[in-house]
Amino acid sequence: MTGKQVIDARGTFCPGPLMELIAAIKLAEVGDEIEVLSTDQGSAADIPEWIQKVGHQVISTSSDSGVWHVVVRKAK
Amino acid sequence: MKILIVGGGMGGTILANNLARRLCGELKSKKVRLTMLSASDKHMYQPGLLYVALGRAATDELYRDQASLLEPGIEFHVDPVEEFHLDKNQVKTKSGRVFSYDLIAIATGSRPVPEEIPGFAENSINVYTEEAALKFWKTINAFRGGRVVVAVGVPHKCPMIPPEITFCLYDFFRDRGLADKVSFHYTYPIGRLHSLEPVSKWMQGEFDQRGITYETLFNMKSVDGAKKVVHSEEGSETNYDLLVAVPGHRGMEVIEKNNLGKGGWIPVNRNRLTIDGRENAFALGDTTNIPISKAGSTAHFEAEALAENLAAIVKIGSPVRDYDGKVFCFIEAGKDKATYAMFNYNNPPDPKPATKSIHWFKMAYNQLYWASARGLL
Repeated sequence: MTGKQVIDARGTFCPGPLMELIAAIKLAEVGDEIEVLSTDQGSAADIPEWIQKVGHQVISTSSDSGVWHVVVRKAK
Repeated sequence: MKILIVGGGMGGTILANNLARRLCGELKSKKVRLTMLSASDKHMYQPGLLYVALGRAATDELYRDQASLLEPGIEFHVDPVEEFHLDKNQVKTKSGRVFSYDLIAIATGSRPVPEEIPGFAENSINVYTEEAALKFWKTINAFRGGRVVVAVGVPHKCPMIPPEITFCLYDFFRDRGLADKVSFHYTYPIGRLHSLEPVSKWMQGEFDQRGITYETLFNMKSVDGAKKVVHSEEGSETNYDLLVAVPGHRGMEVIEKNNLGKGGWIPVNRNRLTIDGRENAFALGDTTNIPISKAGSTAHFEAEALAENLAAIVKIGSPVRDYDGKVFCFIEAGKDKATYAMFNYNNPPDPKPATKSIHWFKMAYNQLYWASARGLL
């Protein structure tokens, strides 16, 4: 494990939070945690859906002042 | 003061020329020295590869001599950097020369990595290199019918290529009288048809009109060329007769080897383009880890902002403006229609219906690009 990476995708539209996360997971090691910050409310649903579909783990999802924080762990 | 630009692609070239104009007096009086280091003596207009792939442009139309694009006063060396010593304000090149600097801008770009997906390179076609674009043309020229699948690697350069290649191929086969023999199936890595939600909605209407089927949350895991099947990370699979696939990308190896950023993407401040932890080192274009489109227009607008700031640092000692995240992408919606997406950090795009006039503007821009590269447009 190399530690928690933060993807600050606040206020960005393309490629967007989930695409950034997919790219980051490719480069991460098993056990790494990645936190995505997003102002796109859809991310709160999209990211967990994709994470579960491919077999990684969602650690937490929360919202603070219009910013979604989704923390995931690469599981395989 | 010594300013060093590493990389002679779109971002580096626009930056160098824009900066040379702003610092024309300082360059003449030798108060400033502006140097560019590049891996090639040629400059390629990469978006033109789409037209090579479709048989609508020749490869030699896409190149100019790099030196011919640069303003007088810019020292240009074809001598790629191999070592970055940012703590010492120095780089070492392939030839062994050491260049020191006061300000450095890194614009080394990105590279497709088809080898990261088993079976991808040998069983699919794409438009990301000259060789690939020629293979693309030969393949579609010989194709006589079947199921065309579009699949998209992550991350990738030019986010408009997936819809563009789909629309253009649709028209290409229809014009050849193959409309009844060719079907299209479009896949995309996230839960809609494009990263940009308004573009996705527009595409959905266009796809439905044309009978193009689609599938989302599809990330290529492997390609089985014998069975002609693409497997996804999500556990699904789809059959193809012709696989049109966008390769995933990484930053350049030299960035990874010098530990400047994971995957070859250098972490930078999204507004000032300063490399994290540095005040005199900057990165732009595909090279950065900013979560926005890896596209020529991103590099273009970043270069304009950075040129203004570097010139201001020379003249008044501090930068004067932020890069606001501006991106402008044309979207070819077939052989003779196009639209566009323009957005920044605060404003999403609002694509309009595709028109012939926007397509012709895009065709004109393919030539006007050389004025952009010279920092004139």
